[in-house]
Amino acid sequence: MAVDYQKLELAYARCAEQKTDAPVRRPVIVVGAGPVGLSAAIDLAQHGVPVVVLDDDSKLSFGSRAICFAKRTLEIWDRLGVAQRMVDKGVSWNVGKVYFQDELVYTFNLLAEAGHRRPAFINLQQYYCEGFLYEHAAALRNVELRWKNKVVAVEQTVDGVELVVETPEGRYGMQAQYVVACDGSRSSIRRVLGLESKGRVFSDRFLIADVRMKADFPAERWFWFDPPFHRNQSTLLHMQPDNVWRIDFQLGCEADPDEEKRPEKVIPRIRALLGDDAKFDLEWVSVYTFACLRMDAFRHGRVIFAGDAAHCVSPFGARGANSGVQDADNLAWKLALVLASKAPEALLDTYATEREYAADENLRNSTRSTDFITPKSEVSRTFRDAVLKLAKEHAFARRLVNSGRLSTPTTLVASTLNTPDDEPFAGAMMPGAPAADAPVRVAGEPAWFLAHTGGSFVAVVFSDSGTLGADVASDLGSLAHAAIPVRTLVVVPKGVASQPQTGYTVVEDAEGMLAQRFDAREGTCYLLRPDQHVCARWRRVDAARLRGAVARATCNA
Amino acid sequence: MTVAMDADKLNIEPNLGAPDDFYEALIEMHRDLTPQQSQLVNAKLILLLANHVGDLTVLREAMAHARDGVAGA
Repeated sequence: MAVDYQKLELAYARCAEQKTDAPVRRPVIVVGAGPVGLSAAIDLAQHGVPVVVLDDDSKLSFGSRAICFAKRTLEIWDRLGVAQRMVDKGVSWNVGKVYFQDELVYTFNLLAEAGHRRPAFINLQQYYCEGFLYEHAAALRNVELRWKNKVVAVEQTVDGVELVVETPEGRYGMQAQYVVACDGSRSSIRRVLGLESKGRVFSDRFLIADVRMKADFPAERWFWFDPPFHRNQSTLLHMQPDNVWRIDFQLGCEADPDEEKRPEKVIPRIRALLGDDAKFDLEWVSVYTFACLRMDAFRHGRVIFAGDAAHCVSPFGARGANSGVQDADNLAWKLALVLASKAPEALLDTYATEREYAADENLRNSTRSTDFITPKSEVSRTFRDAVLKLAKEHAFARRLVNSGRLSTPTTLVASTLNTPDDEPFAGAMMPGAPAADAPVRVAGEPAWFLAHTGGSFVAVVFSDSGTLGADVASDLGSLAHAAIPVRTLVVVPKGVASQPQTGYTVVEDAEGMLAQRFDAREGTCYLLRPDQHVCARWRRVDAARLRGAVARATCNA
Repeated sequence: MTVAMDADKLNIEPNLGAPDDFYEALIEMHRDLTPQQSQLVNAKLILLLANHVGDLTVLREAMAHARDGVAGA
């Protein structure tokens, strides 16, 4: 039976701290059970770290809210074992169309090449996303979810964090080594610590109308600038599961939010788009404004901020929830290593620097989209319309059209965790890049490259024969048993049978795409971090250099 | 990608290395200007770029593309 995740009541229960006076010191407390907090909790737990998640509510997301989940987010959720449900339920899409007034200006494909497990995007209501993450987290032995537990005070001590938590049965105290604040744009952790998220606040109001209807529009993102049915403003149409359609209308700065939410006001706007005969039910209506903000620093001692709590973007580009999940992906392995005393606390500073860099990229892109979609001056509007007029005929102008630069993962080029190349490589897989996927075969069976990476460091070795020399095999074998283990994955060319080997996995480059995407030759070796980002690469396998790169990527150098 | 082109022909192939950076700089150039001031700044920008291009054949071609689809009053 299908679960109605919007109605799910998550029960408050008394916890250990309320039953005893002896304080229990938790390794990690995650605050906020949204997509980011739940992803962080699952990731930490799967790295062997026991996690308590505190949420001030007893419900999952109300309304569809963040509906677009990007390829990289799905790849992270694949690593956590939750993506398949999302993709099965979600609407996969790659194509966007841009209209200006009454004409189609151009069509773009966000995933023009084959050989990827996941599409550019799926659309899925946030309550499904949270529901699936919640069910996965709840089934993990070392995750404890506490609903109606609101953090009201935070104090950092020399070696930990003390929290005061308010519940329906009164307050109790908690202690943790680290707190991960994923409690959203109005983060209460940020507030009680007296910290700010700063940036630009935009005054344009937007209306979200989710409607339930049978329609035969394709699964594409349709964006209109100044359409005949909604003059001088923009409109966005997206398909969601369960015959729900997201329609997003720009309303301008003068709109009255309470007035605009009334069905008498919303329904005519929808009829103008769909036609007078359209049959639909209003599922959810919301009027919103947005801001582009970020905290100066994502790490404050033992309190680490992630997702909207740390940075907020405009909705154009679907960079909010997606970048938040990528924050969790970046943090979990680092925190697990620090808690296991296998890396110094400095590794947590690299979470902050890497994700602050990513936030700047996301903010830059989402601010630019906002400025294109909602021009702030007459001349800005003139240029915008000139670009759109030229775009129909001229490819150069199409590159200037900005209806949202849709979420792609950040290549952490400047990260101190990267080992710089000492030999030339072509292509996108530079140190700092998230590894690209490609189809492979394992023991003759079709599989995906990324599914064999992540969770620990992985040395990817390209070998024409698939058999490593005795010395190399022995060196790599010793790395597999190091304090910070490195698994070995050997890639053989298409057509070379991948014989199972002791000590390492062999995958066949089923379409030759892996060697192409990684610019690989015989002997090429990549080191991937536990979050699947490339951190070093060489033209031959050298265990000493691999050891050095792992040390560097964990601040142990 | 480098596109082979005639020196005396307008290049209408994508040629901006970082289109979003360019567009941001273009709009930023107009920050705090009145519409009239913006028109003046735009005119100066066109004249500067025209001088850079130099070739009148190319400039006439660009003018024709710019005027295309805009009916006179």
